[in-house]
Amino acid sequence: MEKKEVIVPIGPYHPLLEEPEFFKLFCEGEKVVGIDWIAGYNHRGIEKISEGKSYDQVPFLVERICGICSTSHPLAYVNAVENLVGLEIPERAKYIRTFIAEMERIHSHLLWVGLAGHFLGYNTVFMWAWKWREPTLDIMELVTGNRGNYGIMCPGGVRRDMSEEDFPFVQSKLDDIKTKVEMLTKAVLDDPVLLARLKGVGILTAQDIHNYGAVGPVARASGVAIDVRRDDPYAAYNMLDWEMVVVTEGDMLARAKVRLLEIFQSIKIVEQCMARLKEIKGDIVVKVREVPPGEGIGHAEAPRGECFHYVRSDGTNRPIRHKIRAPSYVCIPTFEKSVVGGQIADALICLAGVDPCYCCTERLSAVAENGKTLDGETLLRLSVEKTEALKAKGTPV
Amino acid sequence: MDSKNRFQEKFQKIFSEYTEVRKRIYATIPTASLREVVGFLFHDLTARFIIASGFDNGKEIEILYHFSFDSSGEIISLRVFLDRNKPEVDSLVPLFRGAFWIEREIWEFLGVNFREHPRLEKFLFSEDWPESYHPYQVPPDRTNRDPNAPPAQSKLKFD
Repeated sequence: MEKKEVIVPIGPYHPLLEEPEFFKLFCEGEKVVGIDWIAGYNHRGIEKISEGKSYDQVPFLVERICGICSTSHPLAYVNAVENLVGLEIPERAKYIRTFIAEMERIHSHLLWVGLAGHFLGYNTVFMWAWKWREPTLDIMELVTGNRGNYGIMCPGGVRRDMSEEDFPFVQSKLDDIKTKVEMLTKAVLDDPVLLARLKGVGILTAQDIHNYGAVGPVARASGVAIDVRRDDPYAAYNMLDWEMVVVTEGDMLARAKVRLLEIFQSIKIVEQCMARLKEIKGDIVVKVREVPPGEGIGHAEAPRGECFHYVRSDGTNRPIRHKIRAPSYVCIPTFEKSVVGGQIADALICLAGVDPCYCCTERLSAVAENGKTLDGETLLRLSVEKTEALKAKGTPV
Repeated sequence: MDSKNRFQEKFQKIFSEYTEVRKRIYATIPTASLREVVGFLFHDLTARFIIASGFDNGKEIEILYHFSFDSSGEIISLRVFLDRNKPEVDSLVPLFRGAFWIEREIWEFLGVNFREHPRLEKFLFSEDWPESYHPYQVPPDRTNRDPNAPPAQSKLKFD
């Protein structure tokens, strides 16, 4: 690296990132010319711990990989075990799994919209989105007993049944969320300042997506129509009526659009699940007596993209190898394309674009080079200033 | 002809093992032809690279490269076996960027040397982690371990 460049550190602790991770932005003036990703600050050895747990215990462990998409990992894991065993689960369990997974998508996408607004200096969006995210957590609490880490998945089915009595409450909350999110979507997609900040920023082409192996809303925003729910249907997705949201622009606005529009699809799926659960009665779990030697692969579409689990068995009650790949692992490297070449002020929203799990750890360590210091507050200020400047100019689009 | 059949037809002579169970395909290929097979899968059949996973089975080191045919929902896992004493395989980074980080991770955890990797440096481990200690490698004294024997003590020592 040339001496003129300033290194702007994002991390290891940063409000943008749930897990401590470290991005070095190499900058020349306002322009980002390179990026380096250093991870591992929070490596907990979950793959290794999993080898010491029985097949029934692992869902509770993998649930704790991520606090926000805490049902996607157990779902991918049980898919892997069921793939290994060759098990067909009861129909009622399939709909319950789908219900939980989609409710999680609603709350996760609302959380993302809020934080994206916050990083652009639009705290109104942040307040709205998080306010309307609350009812989704209330629904989860009512249905599973927990607002996070629902403990609902187990190999062979689900651990808790759902009661029809809860459905009117769920429906009333969903109706409420739907009208509010419609309003939010219109407000976000019509706002000239937000459009100016998001449009044409951090563009990823379909070629980039293939090269990095990126998944989920990031891929779908670049016109790559991949979604595990449709491509390799699990739970009840092939029995429901829903559409995959794909847009082709590949910029930040497209990623926001995909997530906002997916909320409506998720609401649609949840409503259908409730209707079907009223009709379908019966068992919710098949007992898994034995896991034969062999290997199984399961994946599930988390709010951030495909969660991938590979499980190998030697015939005992514990897996001998459990490989986990979270969607952020393949989405984060796309920063090399989306951030580089852009402005520092746009870096934050580009990093937020792949939704790399946020955190409450609001501290950022800064390293200065050539006497220039750019800490987290400065970065946030730069981003807010750009929005303010655009606002002051009037309608920039 | 769909992607899977094209792949199977082209390479069936080099598969030492090929199994297909419930939309999951496992194919064992010689280490030397890895790049050729992956190049065909990734570029010609536009399979999506999911991830690679390494495993030390006590006798050999296995690496599985998982690819997805998204149009049919099938997952194909290419398996290569590496010598435990000198695990070495061609890097896939010249073919696509997505392999850059996972190869560094497998290098750290299993000590596999990826030939022609542009930057085989520490990624997840801290800087003071001992170079020669790879936590996913089965220690030599445990490769033929009596299942009833007590677990071996960790030999991890920091400077």
